[in-house]
Amino acid sequence: MTSELDIFVGNTTLIDEDVYRLWLDGYSVSDAVALRVRSGILEQTGATAAVLQSDTMDHYRTFHMLERLLHAPPKLLHQLIFQIPPSRQALLIERWGYYAFDEAFVREVLGKKLSKGTKKDLDDISTKTGITLKSCRRQFDNFKRVFKVVEEMRGSLVDNIQQHFLLSDRLARDYAAIVFFANNRFETGKKKLQYLSFGDFAFCAELMIQNWTLGAVDSQVDDMDVDLDKEFLQDLKELKMLVADKDLLDLHKSLVCTALRGKLGVFSEMEANFKNLSRGLVNVAAKLTHNKDVRDLFVDLVEKFVEPCRSDHWPLNDVRLFLNQYSASVHSLDGFRHQALWDRYMGTLRGCLLRLYHD
Amino acid sequence: MPGKLKVKIVAGRHLPVMDRASDLTDAFVEVKFGNTTFKTDVYLKSLNPQWNSEWFKFEVDDEDLQDEPLQITVLDHDTYSANDAIGKVYIDIDPLLYSEAATVISGWFPIYDTIHGIRGEINVVVKVDLFNDLNRFRQSSCGVKFFCTTSIPKCYRAVIIHGFVEELVVNEDPEYQWIDRIRTPRASNEARQRLISLMSGELQRKIGLKVLEMRGNAVVGYLQCFDLEGESGLVVRAIGTACTLDKLSSPAAFLPACNSPSKEMKESPLVHPPSHGCRSTHNSPIHTATGSRLTQNFSVSVPTLIYTGMGSGSAGKEGGPFKALLRQQTQSALEQREFPFFTLTAFPPGFLVHVGGVVSARSVKLLDRIHNPDEPETRDAWWAEIRQEIKSHAKALGCHAVVGYSESTSICEEVCILSASGTAAVLNPRFLQDGTVEGCLEQRLEENLPAGCGFCHIPYDELNMPFPAHLTYCYNCRKQKVPDVLFTTIDLPIDATVIGKGCLIQARLCRLKKKAQAEANATAISNLLPFMEYEVHTQLMNKLKLKGMNALFGLRIQITVGENMLMGLASATGVYLAALPTPGGIQIAGKTPNDGSYEQHISHMQKKINDTIAKNKELYEINPPEVSEEIIGSPIPEPRQRSRLLRSQSESSDEVTELDLSHGKKDAFVLEIDDTDAMEDVHSLLTDVPPPSGFYSCNTEIMPGINNWTSEIQMFTSVRVIRLSSLNLTNQALNKNFNDLCENLLKSLYFKLRSMIPCCLCHVNFTVSLPEDELIQVTVTAVAITFDKNQALQTTKTHVEKSLQRASTDNEELLQFPLELCSDSLPSHPFPPAKEHLESASSNSGIPAAQRDRCSSWIELIKLKAQTIRRGSIKTTVTVEKASPMGEGNFRNRSAPPCANSTVGVVKMTPLSFIPGAKITKYLGIINMFFIRETTSLREEGGVSGFLHAFIAEVFAMVRAHVAALGGNAVVSYIMKQCVFMENPNKNQAQCLINVSGDAVVFVRESELEVVSTQQPTANCQPSCTGGEVTT
Repeated sequence: MTSELDIFVGNTTLIDEDVYRLWLDGYSVSDAVALRVRSGILEQTGATAAVLQSDTMDHYRTFHMLERLLHAPPKLLHQLIFQIPPSRQALLIERWGYYAFDEAFVREVLGKKLSKGTKKDLDDISTKTGITLKSCRRQFDNFKRVFKVVEEMRGSLVDNIQQHFLLSDRLARDYAAIVFFANNRFETGKKKLQYLSFGDFAFCAELMIQNWTLGAVDSQVDDMDVDLDKEFLQDLKELKMLVADKDLLDLHKSLVCTALRGKLGVFSEMEANFKNLSRGLVNVAAKLTHNKDVRDLFVDLVEKFVEPCRSDHWPLNDVRLFLNQYSASVHSLDGFRHQALWDRYMGTLRGCLLRLYHD
Repeated sequence: MPGKLKVKIVAGRHLPVMDRASDLTDAFVEVKFGNTTFKTDVYLKSLNPQWNSEWFKFEVDDEDLQDEPLQITVLDHDTYSANDAIGKVYIDIDPLLYSEAATVISGWFPIYDTIHGIRGEINVVVKVDLFNDLNRFRQSSCGVKFFCTTSIPKCYRAVIIHGFVEELVVNEDPEYQWIDRIRTPRASNEARQRLISLMSGELQRKIGLKVLEMRGNAVVGYLQCFDLEGESGLVVRAIGTACTLDKLSSPAAFLPACNSPSKEMKESPLVHPPSHGCRSTHNSPIHTATGSRLTQNFSVSVPTLIYTGMGSGSAGKEGGPFKALLRQQTQSALEQREFPFFTLTAFPPGFLVHVGGVVSARSVKLLDRIHNPDEPETRDAWWAEIRQEIKSHAKALGCHAVVGYSESTSICEEVCILSASGTAAVLNPRFLQDGTVEGCLEQRLEENLPAGCGFCHIPYDELNMPFPAHLTYCYNCRKQKVPDVLFTTIDLPIDATVIGKGCLIQARLCRLKKKAQAEANATAISNLLPFMEYEVHTQLMNKLKLKGMNALFGLRIQITVGENMLMGLASATGVYLAALPTPGGIQIAGKTPNDGSYEQHISHMQKKINDTIAKNKELYEINPPEVSEEIIGSPIPEPRQRSRLLRSQSESSDEVTELDLSHGKKDAFVLEIDDTDAMEDVHSLLTDVPPPSGFYSCNTEIMPGINNWTSEIQMFTSVRVIRLSSLNLTNQALNKNFNDLCENLLKSLYFKLRSMIPCCLCHVNFTVSLPEDELIQVTVTAVAITFDKNQALQTTKTHVEKSLQRASTDNEELLQFPLELCSDSLPSHPFPPAKEHLESASSNSGIPAAQRDRCSSWIELIKLKAQTIRRGSIKTTVTVEKASPMGEGNFRNRSAPPCANSTVGVVKMTPLSFIPGAKITKYLGIINMFFIRETTSLREEGGVSGFLHAFIAEVFAMVRAHVAALGGNAVVSYIMKQCVFMENPNKNQAQCLINVSGDAVVFVRESELEVVSTQQPTANCQPSCTGGEVTT
């Protein structure tokens, strides 16, 4: 006796949270059954393995049918085929996580082009992270789908994502960061960047979106939140005089040192390193005209600023005091005219650096 | 031109991409009714077109309005080649034809294609202007209301219940026409869908005509079925119960606008059908005389069993002049009818006087296409034959009517088994004719019929019993005779006194049959049938006793015929009726008593059986007030105990002793296990596992013993198909496979629904079919309803209070089935706690327990009556709320405001006639839909399971969409009448036909009732308003 066909269809679509998670995690039906058995469900309910198998199959089939709708969540709200109470719909999309992603996974693909080539690397990522290939694919496809939909849209990136994928504010911000990184192809995979978490990058992305993109100036352009403001990047070259002009550099240093004397535990190290650090920060700005250098932004920041400070054991608070003073002092440099530009650059960079400065 | 149909196409959404190049679609819509077609403009390059068309107007006969569906086709415009069809929507406009139902159909409908399934949605508005001169159009029966519900619908009152109406229509099946060889599967499927839609429209209209002729205005318990006879054709047949219904105008819901049309209808056009009323319908689109005619060239009628277990009688003898009068009146009322049958399963209080037992008839026919069109209609003759048989069975039981009547067929190739079954009964005449004599008769009736046990009393003559039965005096009233076991096809009467809870009982059986042709095959089948009936009956009886119960309700026996086997599946709900004697146990007797080990085995089995009975009694809380411990201790009462029992009985009557002795002897049900077969039976008895704790199941509307339903319901359909390995095809192996299939299916359901515990599966409906040689398909539809465990532990006091309120409601609403009666506890509950209390208090007195018990219940009853009269002025709505099984506060917590933030309103579906915790305020019309789905890419769609899963989900979606468009928020009495699944995995193909029906309704949560009642006029007058809310 073999079961040829075995289905259960409810007027209200039954969704088992645990099975849904197993499905999202990419387990096969037999693996999912094994995991459920291990969870002790048979003992709790007195069910047999065959019942569990049938139940799991059934749920998987339902999820498979739902998946098409989950690709465009607003459709899930309007569709008529599955009667799912609104509260549950939200759970499906977000809290139980069709659009949730693994930190380990996102770190692997963050800043990479969301293309077929990357998709081919998913095998390696799966092996490396221990996340099932299926789950990797879902997460990757989610990134790609969101990217495609919002890439060329007007208006706030976060709002667009929220509207088209019905995600919470928090998750929409994360996706915005992913889209932003993918679009600008920031390098995040280098060894020296490994210590950084997705949260660190997402934080930076948000600051950059707010201050460095087209949308920061004009809210009526296409791609406003995704592309960096090219003009701004071009202008950043002007900052170079801060390090190229020796007088200006000396003046800047003396202003900072005067202000921080006695307040910094690592004052002497700072004093000794000031010119190097300042050159690093300004040169990063000046290089941003080239796409290649934009991609290396985080590598540069870590190399030129985070690592030197760290090797001198600067406490975070000293870094903060230094960066504040470093940014503010420029206003007192009479010969320097690009105050607004400096603020737009340094305001964001300061936030990013503070976030990036940890072990 | 008595009617104008107006259609507006508003918009589409989620359309499929039809043009790969642009990833878009150029969609337009064709609107077709009868032979007229309109088209919208092409809306270029969009998947969400906004047509916003003008009103398309069709001027049509009301006859066409009834028969024809509105057909909406969405197409993709193609400049260079033929336009591609995206899909279709069929809309049955019948609900718009009677004034109390929907006034507009408006909403999003899934666009359905028989090959691709649902492909987007379309927003349509449909209205009908009916011209007022209904009188002249006798071919149509506009205005007759149809209900699938097998009881008097909640917001109506039955003035007269006229009786049985039936009709059938035949046609050639398009799938088997020559043209099918050259047309596409899609065209063939659509031809079939359309034809069946037409035929059901015609059938409904014809039934309506018969109702008008009987001077009724509604059909209740309407059941329409299709027989796919293959080569020989397609039969659509329907049965129902004609009634004259009056809309209840409870003060809160009073609504002049809605009431007047119904009155008009009752008084003027409908009551006086013109003499030329029922001519044959020569201008009907489906002519019954054209096309193929069907006839038999071979027929076997199968002698059928009449189930034992009937009521006690007494009637003619001691009843005196009153009874005679009653009998006379009823008979005269019923004898006018050809078939005094009623498809109802639940009745207004007082309607059912006595129940005789189950009557059934089957007959095996050979289907054959006949080429002589003048041959008389044979299908009609076949059914008439069977109905005659049923009628005579009922007569043999001393009954003049059959209730809970249903008909079914099973077809395999050219063999067809026709089955009919029902419950023989004696009815109260006052509902069957104009209620002029009501007054005094009613009064007397109530004096004579003790509530809660009257229906159990045997209707036939005790001295002239139609079959051997063991009669005792009724355990409730002690006045009349009752049988030891009672089998019925109806729901548990609301006033029945039940002890404990009920449970689903199934008998399952397979019999192998040699493959044969034509007559030989039919003969083989008809030879097997009586044995199957007998075995099914025995199994039911055994299982019933094993549960410690004494009555079956909702009994449905399905015999399915396949190429090489017959399957029997009987489902029923077992209960313990307080009026019937305690069932005896089961005793096992072996044939070779000298074999030591064998005997040991026997006694081991016996012990197991006894343990099971004891366990079941505990599980289902069956604690009859008397002699319960003794019975539990040993299934065969010892003589001493028995005699004690007898003494207590003999006090009420002298003549009982003898009869009761015999009853005592037979009390133990002896099972002889003289061969392996019987051994199997005993084993199978013991392998049925009870549902896990927190679960109950029944196949009736409500579960006796559970009265505190919460509002959470989940209707579902589950389908399983197993393939038998052809190697081990023996009867035993078959039986085991089939049994496992059903048991596993139930286990799966319990597991799936575990989050709803405590809950009850109600109206569990199993259907078996044998699509191929080695395939068995079981389809189950049921509803899971949660209940509140804490509230079950209510004090005796509140029980009594409740019952008082209930009684007052009864009085108030007389013929209506008040909602709380169905959702409330069955009347047993007021009594048992009270009894126990009394018993313990007076345990030292000399009065035997039984006697005391009887007295107390009588006293209660009289008190109730008194209360009823005093409380006569209580408003209906108030009582409904107070008597609601759920605390109000509880309600508020649970019921979230419907569709608060969702875009698609929730539509509930349930096979029951009510929605727990809610009041049905309006019936919008019948939903009767037929769909075909076919695929040529089975593997790609997820195999057979994926294919059928998606299809059933789509069917649910289409039903919900239609209900929402009518302005409703639920379907009650939902039933999946057919689910025919065929596959050909080698060709990667599958096809499935599904037929569903139900009543679209508007319900209001009881918690919201107060709010609504203040706004009643708006809510009631403008159903479109409600609809709008639901569909926004």
